[in-house]
Amino acid sequence: MNLGAAFAAGLLFGIGLLVSGMTDPGKVIGFLDLAGNWDPSLAFVMGGAVLAGFFGFMFAQRRTTSFLGGAMHLPHNRDIDNRLVGGSLVFGIGWGLAGFCPGPALVSFAAGEEKAAIFVAAMLIGMLLYTGAERFIHEPRRRAKA
Amino acid sequence: MSIDWAHFTPWTSLGGGILIGIAAAMLVLLNGRVAGISGILGGLLAPRRGTTAWRVAFLAGLFAAPLVMLLFGEPAARRIDADFAVLTAAGLAVGIGTSYGSGCTSGHGVCGISRLSPRSLAATAAFMLAGMVTVYVARHLI
Repeated sequence: MNLGAAFAAGLLFGIGLLVSGMTDPGKVIGFLDLAGNWDPSLAFVMGGAVLAGFFGFMFAQRRTTSFLGGAMHLPHNRDIDNRLVGGSLVFGIGWGLAGFCPGPALVSFAAGEEKAAIFVAAMLIGMLLYTGAERFIHEPRRRAKA
Repeated sequence: MSIDWAHFTPWTSLGGGILIGIAAAMLVLLNGRVAGISGILGGLLAPRRGTTAWRVAFLAGLFAAPLVMLLFGEPAARRIDADFAVLTAAGLAVGIGTSYGSGCTSGHGVCGISRLSPRSLAATAAFMLAGMVTVYVARHLI
């Protein structure tokens, strides 16, 4: 039942991305292009998503278990540090370059879009580079300090 | 600035956004998990016991979305200007950036802001700003 719920959430999420226009990189770049011919659509995507999400998370934050019985896994890190801001800036550069962020890229890849496949392959390599750096550089340093 | 009325889709974008928000609410209420795509994917690359199955199930649903949408007609055209080199550079930046920043448009932008998390608000401001500057440089300066 848990896995069925996760599948349904993923399916609805993907449909939302497709309906909203987030899977069209031209639309994403049109939103980020304030100095050009601006397409405000993505502000409506964010607005709609946050509106619906707000109520869901409001209930979720009052609970210690999910409705299907598992533990509630909400982030408790509250630090606004260099990692968060630096990483997000690098992410934004990549987002602006191609107009893809992870969700829409995966959905477009699943739809058979070759250019999305190139992007997804590079994104996975980027994530693996981080995993490697975390294991062999950051983690040993943290341990040395402690 | 001028508005691109030809591509502006307030209603489908709002409707699609609400579906995204409902999906995120579903995942957290039913499974107790945050619908952050980069985190869900990244968690599969550095797997921890017991957290693989729900990630795979969520991603399988995500992958099935374009198929289900075929039932409702021809998919909208995608405008992708980026060539191989740009797609590769962009993908690497997104992979590394979302890993260090612990999230992307979905995890920080949708779920984090829905939770009113200052951390996610800061992350969203940072990637929006970087995206806007990048598009400005690429479209209007180069």
